[in-house]
Amino acid sequence: MRKRILTVDDSKTMRDMVSFTLKGAGFEVVEAEDGAKALDLLSRTAVDAIITDINMPNMDGVTLVQRLRAQQKFKSTPILILTTEGGEDKKQQGRNAGATGWIVKPFAPEKLLQVLNKVCP
Amino acid sequence: MPSPTSAYSDFERFRATFFEECAEILPDLDGRLSALQAGDSDTETLNAIFRAVHSIKAGAAAFDFSALVEFAHVFEGLLDRLRDNRIQHSAQVFNVVVRAGDVLAELVEAARTGSDVPPGFGAGVAAELKDLFSGAQAAGAPPPKAHQPKPEAEGPMRTYRIAFEPHRELFRHANEPLLLIRELKRLGELSVGCVSADLPDLAHLDPEDAYLSFIFELQTQAPYASVAEVFEFVDQDCVLKIEDGGARDDTQSAAAAPDGGEAEPESGEAHPPSSRPAAATPVSKGATSIRVDLTRVDRLVNMVGELVITHAMLAQQLSDHGGGQRQQWAQGSQELATHTRELQECVMAIRMQPVRSVFARMPRLVRDIAAKLGRNVRLVTSGDQTEVDKTIIEELADPITHMIRNAIDHGIEDGATRLAAGKPERATIELSAAQRAGNILITIADDGAGIDRRKVLQHAIAKGLVREDAKLSDDELYNLIFAPGFSTAEKVTEVSGRGVGMDVVRRNIANLGGRIQINSAPGKGTRFTLVIPLTLAVLDGMLVAVGNEKYILPLANIVESIRPDHRQVRTITGGSQVVAVRGEFIRLVPVRRIFNIPGAIPEPWKALVVVVETENGSKAGLVVDELIGQQQVVVKSLAEYTAPVPGISGATILGNGRVALILDVEGICSMPDPSAFVEAPGDFQRQAGSSPDLQTVKPEIPGRPEAPALQNINAAA
Repeated sequence: MRKRILTVDDSKTMRDMVSFTLKGAGFEVVEAEDGAKALDLLSRTAVDAIITDINMPNMDGVTLVQRLRAQQKFKSTPILILTTEGGEDKKQQGRNAGATGWIVKPFAPEKLLQVLNKVCP
Repeated sequence: MPSPTSAYSDFERFRATFFEECAEILPDLDGRLSALQAGDSDTETLNAIFRAVHSIKAGAAAFDFSALVEFAHVFEGLLDRLRDNRIQHSAQVFNVVVRAGDVLAELVEAARTGSDVPPGFGAGVAAELKDLFSGAQAAGAPPPKAHQPKPEAEGPMRTYRIAFEPHRELFRHANEPLLLIRELKRLGELSVGCVSADLPDLAHLDPEDAYLSFIFELQTQAPYASVAEVFEFVDQDCVLKIEDGGARDDTQSAAAAPDGGEAEPESGEAHPPSSRPAAATPVSKGATSIRVDLTRVDRLVNMVGELVITHAMLAQQLSDHGGGQRQQWAQGSQELATHTRELQECVMAIRMQPVRSVFARMPRLVRDIAAKLGRNVRLVTSGDQTEVDKTIIEELADPITHMIRNAIDHGIEDGATRLAAGKPERATIELSAAQRAGNILITIADDGAGIDRRKVLQHAIAKGLVREDAKLSDDELYNLIFAPGFSTAEKVTEVSGRGVGMDVVRRNIANLGGRIQINSAPGKGTRFTLVIPLTLAVLDGMLVAVGNEKYILPLANIVESIRPDHRQVRTITGGSQVVAVRGEFIRLVPVRRIFNIPGAIPEPWKALVVVVETENGSKAGLVVDELIGQQQVVVKSLAEYTAPVPGISGATILGNGRVALILDVEGICSMPDPSAFVEAPGDFQRQAGSSPDLQTVKPEIPGRPEAPALQNINAAA
């Protein structure tokens, strides 16, 4: 079974790069433009892990993580947040909200895969 | 990994996406900035401006536009403070922000066109931003680097003792000790001890809490930082102690090594290994793969091939003149064979690559062609991690490209037609790869209209390829598509009409020792299957004799060999013969007739029948004189010496130095009944019942041996 990963980012460039990297490694990828769209998508689609940006319109990444962790069915879904270097406070906010781990932008494709493999059962 | 060329084009594509995105962001940013200047500084406006600048920065960093990144970083820092109200909102501040927006737009444009930014461009605005920023707080974080630093070089083998005591809340973040164990195992040899003392009785156990603690002992060359990194995401949810037990002293016994803490009592403290003496030969951690010139690998493959042949020669001599020491020699020879085989497999594995590099180019192709032809097509790929010999991969790109192009151009109907036929408007092309036995199967399936038999036949008749009253089987009819110059397109389109036809595709595949199967159902679609040998270099074969000729039969195709009773053999209409084997009738294919070999045993009941099975499960009984023995052969291509010869897939050199041709079982089985062949005058009687329909289809149609080429090869053998 191929693992399905949701990438949430308002930047198409970032979504494309995440998506391309993951597809190249054999993952299936679904995309959402912001937290609200991600929640909507997740109500219909099951995913194995989620990678989300923090700064997004409508609903930011931290809120998304909080909302997901509040639902029983997402209790054990790995969620990675994308942070920027020096974004320690964001990282901590994400953590407190229940994120599993983080990836610092910009990242090399190998790094993304490495971190994802680390948290994906 | 994608090949360098495709990686490059992906990079270009992302770059293009980035600038497209900038083109969307910048006008919006401009609007927001105008609003800001007009005094509208609500949270949403500031957030939107922040996000715009942030997005541009993130994208720019990925492409190393350093001037843009640096400026965006400073800009973003100020905006962050501004939206958090850590900087007083004022007309003066907004003015700087608006000018910064202009500078940002200029820098994006410069990055897009690749033009040089004048030195000091935007420096004034940047300085103002910094002043405002540091007015709020001392210097911010440095601008991000384009990529993560490379991991440290590996050191000597060390032992780490790790005590990992998770807090109860560990699972709240979907972290999981088992995953950490998996990560640690990737670094080296791991032993795990589990402490279950905190585990409550069942009545008091909360399944969402973590109760177990672990003690790990890890032997690895990885530096301290890599070990600590494993626990990066859990370090706030646990008590963690990593002890660097120090480098293993190889002069000590292995049993003493894990207890490194005792061997060096002073090193109990956790500290990075860089303070230790360097190892004699540090190995770079990044070196998990190396690039090697292909010609070197080819030489290696050839040499191993020669080694196999040399061994075969030795083995033969041994069995001929072994003498008293035959036993020992035979054992040595057997071991040599095993090692040679392993060596060969290792060497072949070097050349194997996933077909992904070829498949990755196809989505774009499909998009482009579909757009050009106004079709709505979805490409689904699977099995792209299937590995194929590198030489084959390179030769696959063109045929696959061409067949996909054909599928969209000729196979798939336009949206309206599809809807009318009750199909989804969006067509699907499936491209898949799989390994089956010694072959790679590449399938290109569309859900289009299927091959129009009538149209194909009309064209073939018009081109004089078949007679008007011809009765062709599906396979024979589909094969016409591969005839040179054959095109069923009613108009030569820009897409398909590129001067190459399916005949070139078939020739390319045949050159790889492969073949193409077609299945088509009217209204349902067409499926092309390319069957290509996994590697061109080695083959397990059975040496058979027919007359004075020796041939190799691929072992993978052989089901059994039988010497039929006279009564088992029946002659059916048209002169063909079948043999009854356990209630099943199997068509007999006399090899002597295919290749016009004099002196071979004509009666199947006096000769041997080797039952072979093809990829699609159809069976045939090849009539040969004798089975000589099983052996591994090194396949030599005949492509340099002759045109493709139907029924022959290559040649090999036998232990005695003679050349033997390798029979192409699939090709032979798909040939028209050889009993119906026109035989060369002289040795053989002409058989009645030759197929008049196919006779008009001269050598262009594969499945018909070309006598002159064959005679040359036979002479060479």
